[in-house]
Parts: sequence; structure tokens; C-alpha cells
Amino acid sequence: MVGKKRILVVCGTAIATATVVSKALEEALEKRGFSADIRQCKANEISNFAQEADLIVTTTPVANDHDKPIILTLAFITGIGKEEIIEQIIDKLRA
Amino acid sequence: MSLSNYLNESTISLNLDAETSTEVIRHLGEKLFDAGLVKDSFIDAAINRELTFPTGLSLDGDINVAIPHTDVIHVQQSGMAMAILTKPVIFQNMEDPSEAVSVGIVFLMALDQPHAQIEMLQEIAEVLQDQTILQRLMKVKDIQDVINAFVEIKK
Repeated sequence: MVGKKRILVVCGTAIATATVVSKALEEALEKRGFSADIRQCKANEISNFAQEADLIVTTTPVANDHDKPIILTLAFITGIGKEEIIEQIIDKLRA
Repeated sequence: MSLSNYLNESTISLNLDAETSTEVIRHLGEKLFDAGLVKDSFIDAAINRELTFPTGLSLDGDINVAIPHTDVIHVQQSGMAMAILTKPVIFQNMEDPSEAVSVGIVFLMALDQPHAQIEMLQEIAEVLQDQTILQRLMKVKDIQDVINAFVEIKK
């Protein structure tokens, strides 16, 4: 039995956009019957947290040194392309 | 309605005429400083943050928004200041810092703790997802118009 998937939400300062994204992501997943462990961090702290994540969702470009799938999107803030991104995220969580 | 709680004559700038994102942030930062919400380190910190992690958002319509902010250590009390610009000012795109976004409305946010102010942030997200509200904001004549526009959202 596989444990809950872990998503790391990343932004520049991890106080504003990460907060909105985490909440919106949580609600979007719940609506589709998914739940995941969601944590937040700043872009420059990513090395400390990436190991323990299954997927990284970020609002600002980050280097992919961590061998984890990364989705760069503002969809949870702007609403643009939100449905597509949620599908992508769920695909990654199922993988 | 939390956004209208933070917005009043001292935190709203109508018809701000600025050339650069730095100017806008400085102008709004001074309002927050005068209102006692932020420390004197806030303005430079917000300007510098914007240079490394820009906050321009390219939206689904004619009006784009920027949401500058910085670390909690520079903030005394949560709040925000807002500017409606007379002409678009370039902010770099949060999602792609090499890309310029022509911004018409700026929300400078003062957040005193991480992961707090979720309501205020969600309301800002709601506003920027609605071009009708943004169009209305671009046309306001006075502060009361702005406050009314935000009160309308909750209905």
C-alpha cells in the first residue's frame, strides 16, 4: 500500500504565492478525490525539501537538480490553464 | 470583506504615474511605512526581491497585475497598498523572469507571517482572475469607487 504522495510547493519567498497555490491545489485535488501531503518552501531552500517530495509545483523557475518531476505554473493564481495543470499533477501523482 | 479592510485613503494610490517597477514599489512602500505597517528595511527588500523573484502576472485580458512582497522580518503588521497606474509599467513575469509584463494595477503586500493572510491572498487571486473587476478598477474616480469594487466581490 503506497503512502500518500507528497507535493512540494515552491515560490520566491514562500509566504504569498505558495500559500495561495497550496490551498487551491489542496481543494482541487480534494474535489477529484485525491489527497496529498503538501509542504511549502522558498526557491532557495529547495535542496532541503526536495528529497522528501514526489512532485514539485513551483511559481518561479527552479533548477532541476533533484530528479523529481517539476511543474512550473501560475495557474492556481491566475486561473489560466488550471484544469489542464490539475490533470498534469494528477497524472504525476498516479505515476 | 478583508481586502476593503486593508484599503483606505492612506493605502490606495489612484492615477499613479511611474516609469519603473522600483518607483511603484517605493511609492507604495512609503504608504505602508507611513501607516506603521512595515519597517524601514521593507522598501529596499521589496525592490530587491522583485529583481530576483519578480511578481508580474500575465493575465487573461488587457490588464495585468503585479503582487510585490518580501520577507516577514520587514513587516510589523499585515496589510497592503494598491496602485492604479496612469500608464502601464513593466514588471518581469513571475513564471519567466526574462519576460516583461505590462502592468496596470499593483498590490504591494505586507505579510507578517508565512502561510497567514490566506483570506487576503485568496481575495487578491479572485480579483486578478476577473478582468471585469480589473477593468472597473482602472476606471475608478475616487477611493470610495475602489472600496465599493472590492465589497461587490463578496456578494
